Amino acid sequence: MNENIIEVKKLNKIYDKTIAVKDLSFVINKGKIIGLLGPNGCGKTTTIAMILGLVKPTSGEVIIKGKNIEKERINLLEKMNFISPYVELPKKLTVEENLKVYAGLYGVKNVNEKISELVNELRLNKFLKKKTGELSSGQKNRISLAKALINDPEILMLDEPTASLDPDTGDFVRSFIEHYSSKTNVTILLASHNMNEVERLCDSVMMMKDGIIVDTGKSQELISRHGRKNLEEVFLKIVRE
Amino acid sequence: MNFQKIFALFFRHFYLIKSSLPRVLDLIYWPTIQILLWGFISKFFTLYSNYYNDALGVILTAAILYDFLFRSSISFNMSFLEEIWSRNFTNLFIAPIKLSEIIVALIITALVRTLIGLVPAILLTTPFFGISIFKLGFPLAFLFLSLYLFGITLGLFVSSGLLRYGPAFENIAWSSLFLLAPLGCIYYPISILPEFLQIIAEALPLVYIFEEVRSILTNNTVNYSNLITALILNAVYLFIGIALFYYSFSQARKKGSLINIGE
Repeated sequence: MNENIIEVKKLNKIYDKTIAVKDLSFVINKGKIIGLLGPNGCGKTTTIAMILGLVKPTSGEVIIKGKNIEKERINLLEKMNFISPYVELPKKLTVEENLKVYAGLYGVKNVNEKISELVNELRLNKFLKKKTGELSSGQKNRISLAKALINDPEILMLDEPTASLDPDTGDFVRSFIEHYSSKTNVTILLASHNMNEVERLCDSVMMMKDGIIVDTGKSQELISRHGRKNLEEVFLKIVRE
Repeated sequence: MNFQKIFALFFRHFYLIKSSLPRVLDLIYWPTIQILLWGFISKFFTLYSNYYNDALGVILTAAILYDFLFRSSISFNMSFLEEIWSRNFTNLFIAPIKLSEIIVALIITALVRTLIGLVPAILLTTPFFGISIFKLGFPLAFLFLSLYLFGITLGLFVSSGLLRYGPAFENIAWSSLFLLAPLGCIYYPISILPEFLQIIAEALPLVYIFEEVRSILTNNTVNYSNLITALILNAVYLFIGIALFYYSFSQARKKGSLINIGE
């Protein structure tokens, strides 16, 4: 039986007079990877921020595991995490110090064991004692991923997780997410501009434009429905309509 | 209240301090310069003025105590600003940490940063000028407590502004105490101020704290009513500061400024 882990009900967000998100409703089942596609400024980040409780909706509800994020924010955040290229870890702290800080903030019990596990899985051994600011963007991305997994999240919000990465590192991250998802049954909401990534990783895709979901379905369904060759062409058609 | 989380956030800042000698030197530099500067000015007064019987002791002790207040407030703000500068703000606010835990962690961090800066300066005053602030005796503990409470209260006011308005509020963090200094009557009695300013100054705990410092050092008498008034005023301002911090967080969530603060 499918378990609804994220329920978004009639969500609206208005900043002053700008409508960022309009009447948004969707459900994400446990263990699914759902892609959130749309042009810049279409409301993807605001939607993710409202699911994380970082932004207060103007109206509507975000229900996580049956609980309202506005009422149970701290409890729910214990099993959620987030990664974005626009959010960084303190540069002057070593990788190990950063991971220890976040292990503490998420109340991780066996801190050293957990860090050691993530370090091995994400191949971070060489950087553990290095200052985070000294690392390349690809290395920093893997550290951010380690931070995002420090609490064994049941829900992961990935905002452009492979943006600005070289193809090799990008592929490593995608393979890791694929492997981690099948191993842990984590639920993932993935906002990305990389259509190949979305086709490869996502069970289903939501297309956003001007704060609303304009189409949704599996990648192949969207491609067939719009009579295009790939998801990128579907994206361009929807954005330019 | 989860102490693991509080100490985790405290260590986030402690790691930063211990890893950087320039940061430690910066913490020590300003109080030391301030104390030396005021020490020489005070010595001048001792030689050429009869305004105070023990001008050096009174002025230098007031300078040390004022710097303790200044460091407490700036240290609180700095810990908050570090999160903005390092673009770590969003990570912090999507972690399951309560606002009360953030406040307590910042209060502990502010105390440690302040002591790192001020202890060397306090120790220097005896060999350089033969002055010890411990001459204030037991009330010194209350004076430090009052100044520390007022320092973190100012830190809370400024951090609330940073939450609400973002880095644009940063300069207020640096200038807030300079604005209060003339009204705090640190080196002179309140009667020196014009009458309309006296009304404002009486609402500040600083006036009672420094009045008491002068009273102890010049008359050798302890007026506990001054200490109690200062503590009561501090409790009121601290309560307002905490309420304002919560309100600013709520406003920041409404405006969406927690997503892109520091960018």
